[in-house]
Amino acid sequence: MQTSNILAKIEAPLFREGIPDFRVGDTVRVHYRIVEGEKERIQVFQGVVLKRHRAGVRSTFTVRKVSFTVGVERIFLLHSPRIDKVEIVSRGVVRRSRLFYLRNLAGKAARVRDAKD
Amino acid sequence: MNQHPGIIGKKIGMTQIFSETGEVLRCTVVQAGCVVIGKRTLEKDGYSALILGLGERAERHTTKPLAGAFKKTGQTPKRIVRELRCSPEHAAKYELGQTLKVDEIFEVGQRVDAQGRSRGRGFSGVIRRWSFAGAVSSHGTHEYFRHGGSIGTNMTPGRTLPGLKMPGHYGDETVSALNLKIAKLLPEDDLILIEGPVPGPKNQLVTIRGAVKKRGGKGLPKPVQPTGKKKAG
Repeated sequence: MQTSNILAKIEAPLFREGIPDFRVGDTVRVHYRIVEGEKERIQVFQGVVLKRHRAGVRSTFTVRKVSFTVGVERIFLLHSPRIDKVEIVSRGVVRRSRLFYLRNLAGKAARVRDAKD
Repeated sequence: MNQHPGIIGKKIGMTQIFSETGEVLRCTVVQAGCVVIGKRTLEKDGYSALILGLGERAERHTTKPLAGAFKKTGQTPKRIVRELRCSPEHAAKYELGQTLKVDEIFEVGQRVDAQGRSRGRGFSGVIRRWSFAGAVSSHGTHEYFRHGGSIGTNMTPGRTLPGLKMPGHYGDETVSALNLKIAKLLPEDDLILIEGPVPGPKNQLVTIRGAVKKRGGKGLPKPVQPTGKKKAG
């Protein structure tokens, strides 16, 4: 879709800088700000990137982790001011852009090959 | 009648922005920049209103009577001309040729009504027009998939009741979206960001004015923010 110049101008200041170039299959740690009443704290969510939705300022990414044998997925807005930082834990080698097949796998099968191996 | 201050503008499209707390606001962008090209006064016309113009119109596309009206007030011809009813006090604030500034008329958080002309869908069936479910597609159905079904009973009353939802022309009518919230104002570009959708396609004329059901939508008590605290006990 063609974006109008006016919309591009509005969106331009919303883009965040300093986001590492992580890819699908990488394991990332997302430091996410959570406001509870008056207090603010940072929650870390670590997992495999299942999907990156590249759509300008509306870009999102999905992270999956297995927490106490229950699969948990979170969709983060890439440019959200609530994200404190994103760390890349390890690079993964994958052959597709959407890793939804991981949902049907468990345990040792549900691993992504590390780029270092 | 809605006599709250307003503007006419062009719908640019939709985008999203982040609020101060990091929440996403889905917004419609409207470009204002309308010019006062005339006034209606109580003494002369029996009511008060501002006549607003938007966009430039080429001289060769301007009819002689229209050109005369613009010449009288010493202005270039405008593409769109609309009257907005308003209070005499509001009309007195503006002079001919003055551009209505979005930050003077609106404030962030204000409730507004947006009026536009919806997309024309032509002659549409009941599924599109009235969100009917259609008929089952198996169990011996023959040439009866997107029909509306029965339109009434037999002898009593022996006619189809008025107002029944049937196929017909859909869209291309004036639609108002009420009580929308102003998310952001960009006075340097005459832009207004309104939370939520506004009727009509892009490049469409929209009228935005203070919310009629919120007494203009300004100066309302702020809604209580949920604190997110856990309940005691």
